[in-house]
Amino acid sequence: MQKARIYRGIILLIIGVIIGVAACTKDPLIPEAKDVIAFTVPKGWPQPHYNFENNTLTSAGFVLGRKIFYDPRLSKDNSVSCGTCHQSYAAFANFDHALSHGVNDQLGTRNSPALFNLNWHNGFFWDGGANHIENQPIGPIQNPLEMSETIANVVMKMDTSVVYKRLFMDAFGSDTINSQRIFKALAQFMGSMISCNSKYDHYVRKESGGDMTASELSGLHVFRAKCATCHQEPLFSDYSYRNNGIAPTNANDIGRGRITTDSSDYYKFKVPSLRNLKYSGPYMHDGRYTTIDEVLNHYTNSADMYNYPTIDPLVKNGISLSAQEKTDLKSFLNTLNDTAFIHDIRFQLPQ
Amino acid sequence: MNKILILLLSIVFISYGCRKKDDVLIDKTSNTGATSPKVKLLFRNVVNGQTLKLNTTNYTNEHGDTFSVSIYKYYISNITLTKDDGKVYAEPNSYHLIDEAGDSTKSIVMRDLVKGNYTQISFLIGVDRAMNTSGAQTGALDPINGMFWDWNQGYIMAKMEGNSPQASATNHVIFHLGGYNGPKSALRWVTMQLPTAALVDNGKEPVININSDVAQWFKTPTVVNFAITSIVSGVNDESVMIADNYQDMFTIDHIDN
Repeated sequence: MQKARIYRGIILLIIGVIIGVAACTKDPLIPEAKDVIAFTVPKGWPQPHYNFENNTLTSAGFVLGRKIFYDPRLSKDNSVSCGTCHQSYAAFANFDHALSHGVNDQLGTRNSPALFNLNWHNGFFWDGGANHIENQPIGPIQNPLEMSETIANVVMKMDTSVVYKRLFMDAFGSDTINSQRIFKALAQFMGSMISCNSKYDHYVRKESGGDMTASELSGLHVFRAKCATCHQEPLFSDYSYRNNGIAPTNANDIGRGRITTDSSDYYKFKVPSLRNLKYSGPYMHDGRYTTIDEVLNHYTNSADMYNYPTIDPLVKNGISLSAQEKTDLKSFLNTLNDTAFIHDIRFQLPQ
Repeated sequence: MNKILILLLSIVFISYGCRKKDDVLIDKTSNTGATSPKVKLLFRNVVNGQTLKLNTTNYTNEHGDTFSVSIYKYYISNITLTKDDGKVYAEPNSYHLIDEAGDSTKSIVMRDLVKGNYTQISFLIGVDRAMNTSGAQTGALDPINGMFWDWNQGYIMAKMEGNSPQASATNHVIFHLGGYNGPKSALRWVTMQLPTAALVDNGKEPVININSDVAQWFKTPTVVNFAITSIVSGVNDESVMIADNYQDMFTIDHIDN
């Protein structure tokens, strides 16, 4: 018993130091208190919308949040966890799945988004239906097609667990388990998932590992000329809701329009980040495109632009890209893949 | 062993330090503690003036439809009380969920008021915009209470459910009113003059008895016909219509001094 506590204390200490130190700048950051983790905004990035206000980031909170993220007991039949549809090796999207399976193998209606740099989003889900990172999990937990569970049952299940009680004590100072603590812990975990160590990032910060090839640099030039308004650096999204002209399907998903009920928002979806595309396909709100070639072919073919009233003026007439520009652009997009993030053991299911 | 103790102690201290201190708006001359001046708000839910009884009783709405009530819950927030000299007491952390099924929720005690004669009360039906966009909440605002929408996230300001033979196919009447933003918001401010002043003083706890009339939801300015409108859940023209009706559901029944 004594040894277990010592090991746990040491692990917490190590996690705290590692998270605090693994900042995306050249200078490491030492947390002031061993338990509190200093969250670092990557050099040159804008300030995030969420910075753990009223939810101090600690190693204990992070560990609890990770356990909850990977816990299938959040679902009605104890089979589906957040990690089921948000897989670490897929940049926390659902590998090779256009749509995902919830409890009883039911198919959802939208593609599972990749999860990283969430603190910079001002809305969650493809339609921004959740306005805050802490409340976002309520959606999938209670969606009958996804986890089909109630908050009350989740709290009840956790309350029967001695392990959870101890983790809540570590994270929040008492073993009371309520939804606020569950969501704050999850936000500490998810809010720590920062992807800022791709080749492009090293290039921009003039660090080792940032040597771009001629094709990649040409691709960056093409990107800045043709894509960067919506897919704004450094997050590679402006996190606005836009209609990029992909044709409607039988699902007739009106996206953002369902939230604002404003017809000027019909068929608009959140601009996704272009980071980690290698891991996070298929693409679009319904996962209809398996390859980046298909995505680029849509943008370059004005005939493929559906004549919506709400189509974004920037893509309405198609985007012109020569064959060479497409090749270079794809090379550039590859420099946004962050293998350090994908392999980061802190975010994975503990073995 | 010492390292473990330090680690555990630091966890405890950090957790304690991160608890929010209450911002209590009190006059410095007020007495606090056991004899602190208090006021109680006591809510009584009624239908056309009769005390509401869930499930068992049939009522009639303005249109002439009969109905019973199975659920009746609403948020009251941002409560202020105004004295006869114009000074205002604002309740700190003012968020309450009045639930007909929970008797203890119908009583709100406010403490540490400035002594005097209070003549006006004001509050918001629902949860204000700021609290809808500030992340995970607890207590009355815990989503476990079933008053928070999952996919278009925000609070359900008021909820009424029941049965009516005049309602469509399933006979269910379901009114979940929400929306915290813009012209279709279901938030409504209520201001009422007290018929007699509530006399607030040390060691006293006057009771402001407030009625909330379900029938008003379906009465004015728009009469609701359950055959046409029995399920309203969302942010739309119908939810606005019901909210415009329910903003008049409160009356001050009497003051107990």
